[in-house]
Amino acid sequence: MSDATATVRTERHPDLPPPATTVGVLGWLRTNLFSSWLNTALTLLGLYLLWLIVPPLLDWAVFSATITGEDRTACEPNPGACWVFIKVQFWQFIYGFYPPDQTWRVNLTFLLFVAGVAPVLIERIPGKKWALFYLLFAFPVIAYVLFVGGVFGLPLVETALWGGLSLTLVVSIIGIVASLPLGILLALGRRSKMPILRMLSVVFIEAWRGVPLISVLFMASVMLPLFLPEGVNFDKLLRALIGVALFSAAYMAEVVRGGLQAVPRGQYEAAAALGLSYWKTMGLIVLPQALKIVIPGIVNTFIGLFKDTTLVAIIGLFDLLGRVHTATTNAAWLGMSTEGYVFAGAVFWVFCFGMSRYSIRLERKLGAGQRRR
Amino acid sequence: MRRHHILAATVAVLAIGGASVAEAGPTLDAIKAKGFVQCGANTGLAGFGGPDESGNWSGFDVDYCRAVAAAIFGDGNAVKFTPLTAKERFTALQSGEVDLLARNTTWTMSRDTSLGLNFVGVSYYDGQGFMVKKGLGVSSALELSGATVCVQTGTTTELNLADYFRANGMELNAVVFEKSDETVAAYDQGRCDAFTTDASGLYAERVKLANPDDHIVLPEIISKEPLGPVVRQGDDEWLNIVMWTHFALINAEELGVTQGNVADMMATSQNPDVQRLLGTEAEGEGFGPMMGLGKDWAANAIKAVGNYGEVFERNVGANTPLQIARGLNALWKKGGLQYAPPIR
Amino acid sequence: MSLDTATLPTRPSAWNDPRVRGIVVQVVVLAAVVAFGIHIVDNTATNLAKQKIASGFGFLSNTAGFDISMHLIPYTPESTYGRAFVVGLVNTLLVAAIGVVLATVVGFVMGVARLSPNFIISRLAGVYIEIVRNVPLLLQLFFWYFATLAAMPHPKQSHDLGAGFFLNVRGLYMPSPVPGERFGLVIVAFIVGIVATFVVKRWARRRFEATGQPFPMAWAGFGLILGLPIVVLLATGVPLSFELPELKGFNFTGGTVLPPEFAALLAGLSVYTAAFIAENVRSGIQAVSHGQTEAAFALGLRRGATLRLIVIPQALRVIIPPLTSQYLNLTKNSSLAVAIGYPDLVSVFAGTVLNQTGQAVEVILITMAIYLTISLLISLGMNLYNRRVRLVER
Repeated sequence: MSDATATVRTERHPDLPPPATTVGVLGWLRTNLFSSWLNTALTLLGLYLLWLIVPPLLDWAVFSATITGEDRTACEPNPGACWVFIKVQFWQFIYGFYPPDQTWRVNLTFLLFVAGVAPVLIERIPGKKWALFYLLFAFPVIAYVLFVGGVFGLPLVETALWGGLSLTLVVSIIGIVASLPLGILLALGRRSKMPILRMLSVVFIEAWRGVPLISVLFMASVMLPLFLPEGVNFDKLLRALIGVALFSAAYMAEVVRGGLQAVPRGQYEAAAALGLSYWKTMGLIVLPQALKIVIPGIVNTFIGLFKDTTLVAIIGLFDLLGRVHTATTNAAWLGMSTEGYVFAGAVFWVFCFGMSRYSIRLERKLGAGQRRR
Repeated sequence: MRRHHILAATVAVLAIGGASVAEAGPTLDAIKAKGFVQCGANTGLAGFGGPDESGNWSGFDVDYCRAVAAAIFGDGNAVKFTPLTAKERFTALQSGEVDLLARNTTWTMSRDTSLGLNFVGVSYYDGQGFMVKKGLGVSSALELSGATVCVQTGTTTELNLADYFRANGMELNAVVFEKSDETVAAYDQGRCDAFTTDASGLYAERVKLANPDDHIVLPEIISKEPLGPVVRQGDDEWLNIVMWTHFALINAEELGVTQGNVADMMATSQNPDVQRLLGTEAEGEGFGPMMGLGKDWAANAIKAVGNYGEVFERNVGANTPLQIARGLNALWKKGGLQYAPPIR
Repeated sequence: MSLDTATLPTRPSAWNDPRVRGIVVQVVVLAAVVAFGIHIVDNTATNLAKQKIASGFGFLSNTAGFDISMHLIPYTPESTYGRAFVVGLVNTLLVAAIGVVLATVVGFVMGVARLSPNFIISRLAGVYIEIVRNVPLLLQLFFWYFATLAAMPHPKQSHDLGAGFFLNVRGLYMPSPVPGERFGLVIVAFIVGIVATFVVKRWARRRFEATGQPFPMAWAGFGLILGLPIVVLLATGVPLSFELPELKGFNFTGGTVLPPEFAALLAGLSVYTAAFIAENVRSGIQAVSHGQTEAAFALGLRRGATLRLIVIPQALRVIIPPLTSQYLNLTKNSSLAVAIGYPDLVSVFAGTVLNQTGQAVEVILITMAIYLTISLLISLGMNLYNRRVRLVER
């Protein structure tokens, strides 16, 4: 008992931990989920939604699903997804009707593409300039020879046999590679000081951007043959490719124009002061800077194009979605459309999501570089 | 200037990618030069034409292409197929993308006269019908007033449907799809009470349904749908080749020449009709050379696919999932309409 | 700067004069483009004539002969191809217009939810955005269409939603209003209400700027636009009856029907576009500097007022241009209707009419011209709006 004397603490009181309600799991929960009654209601709503969606989805896709077996009878005892369907048809979804003993050619082509595109897209790998040249000049020839064949002892594989994911990739990659030079020319035309060139570029760009891709594809498939001189005839896939390339060139032009506008005026003026000609100014000074800025934009255009290639199914080419769709109407696999569409959706998602992450990362990095200046 | 080179290179790569300049002159010369017949086929209609799981083509219409290829080259595999949607098919033929269109196409006057095409004959006498679910309790198409009907666009079917309902004072709700797969899927899901297309198509699609026995095809046939191969206008020699290949298959059935016995027949038959068909008559040049083909053109076609009856039975007949009876497509001697002018 | 006359450059030769060269280049390019155009037109004309394919626009006045499942204007199989074209165009405009509104609403909600301090809500919005944006629209449309069909019952087991609403696999059936004789007065009252709202709004703004007294504009507008017509409706003795849908034979007859193709297309387009709009909204809001919000709080503005008067107007500047291209995309994407049987312009005109007439060149040209016109009109409208938003900034 010391009721008369006051206690004076001479040493510092040790730091107390913060209240349990502001740190740790509890604190996190409180600030992030239950800070007000509205927030609490939203949290509960969100949890309810999750409970509604996730368990049945997991049950269908994993716990009650079938993955072993060779035909649909294997799936009958289980109420969930029948992944056997995907397993059996998998190589068709990837290669279409490309002869199975020749599929190494498809694989090799995409490996070569990846080898070319990696230095362009990944900072750490050197040799960007050569890789770009390779992609624009050498690769198309190699890819053409490998895919089509008919020379060097490679058997000819007609385009009618191409299909599945490889066709999706072919259409979107050719579309983007072909549209890049055309898009650059159009963007330069749109920013040119020559009125007629500018007008023509604007008309071309806006006309293609104003119409749906599906009508462009219809045009390519039913009208293009009538445009050509008598006797000249294009392969069906090539016609679709021309439509896709022209269409994406218009979008590409706008992306590149954004890059051109972002190059500081001083760069143009400095080039002019050095006495460089127009093409030297563009080729040596402006475009290298502009194109670097617009890589994220190009990737985004590619993502859009990649998703839009599904439309070629409407004009009778069998891309990934088209092949899945056809497989689900096969009498032996009726009623598997959900599995098929989920598979196709997942494949598209992986590609598109991956590319969009890359583009965001690059944008941040480029943004940081610009800010430092 | 570098950009110009890039552009030029791109264009060049694209151009060598698939442009082919057809030879000037008649279709046959061009086909002989390239070594195969380019045939426009359905993107997939059970029994009539479509690729199987490994990309091999088969079907009633496909066999017609093979027969023509065999008549020219002696090889039923000297043919390549271009899958065509209903919308693309005529442009593909007009522009020369395909040499021959064998894709369950109805012969109508406007198509024959205003599209720059020629129909070579009727390979399959068809008519438009309706399929409904058994549970609907409908036994006649005349009871369909107010019904919702699924139909594929770009076909004569769509027009016949509207005509039939109008003529009978019935109310129609048509739902139109671009592809037959989607049309059938929507019908199967209950979007429509009835599904309509050519009767042959009804049987072909019924096979693909989950429970074929739950669906019935109504007895009414509301239109004439003569289906046949089509060629471009302006090359009579080519028209003749396709037309007479068709007739040869029918004549072969009439004369009892089959895929199995054609070799024996060539060696032994003394029947002058058979000898003229197979090009084994002792005297004369034979009939093939009149069209620029070999003497054994018809024999080759029969070796490749069999006679008309065999083509029918193999692809759509009683022993196939489609189970279509010969009906109007029986030979004229057996009460049908298939009748071929004589080879002489 | 002074120039010594001796060092003045001599006049460059014509080839080195940029002006002359510019003119030459342009003339050459123009000539090439024109020659290319003439070549194509000539080829087409030759091909059409040689293959005896009909050409010209006369077919538009021929009888169509086919049925269209959804038409807002009167249409029968006896109507002309021209009328079928208009039906398709109206259907396209309808789905695009409603889709734009829905996508904007959902997109704004999702964009704000993405920035919500609530972890679960912002993650859910993020998952929605990332899934929907990265899967092709065509695939999503198939999903919506066949999922809707699979979930709905046959007409005979329709869900009765009461008040004459029925839901089944054939669509949502609604009573359709049949206006009586004096119903015109109600419409007049509605228009008067809208005009009056504008007038009052101007007056309220002037008074607010002059005296600082606020005016409950929302309530006043509500009363004028909705209240006035209701009062007139009651005063004239409700000159409006409803035609109820009823089950007759296979289907419901009477009333208005919203077909599942329409619902699926609308859902697909709105959900897809909304995911992109949500990203635009998010980056727009994030682009508004935090100092702006803090300054507003410091001035004593409440949270709602801060958002409405400070953040949104500035965010809109960033949001509007990408929003315009989303609206354009939605309108163009509505052409995917062809895959699920909704009778839009492409399905009816570039589909059925093209097939029946075989006149590919004319039909495709008209279709593309129409889409181009719609796109340009949307751009024009959004640019005008953008200009207004910019003015607010100053």
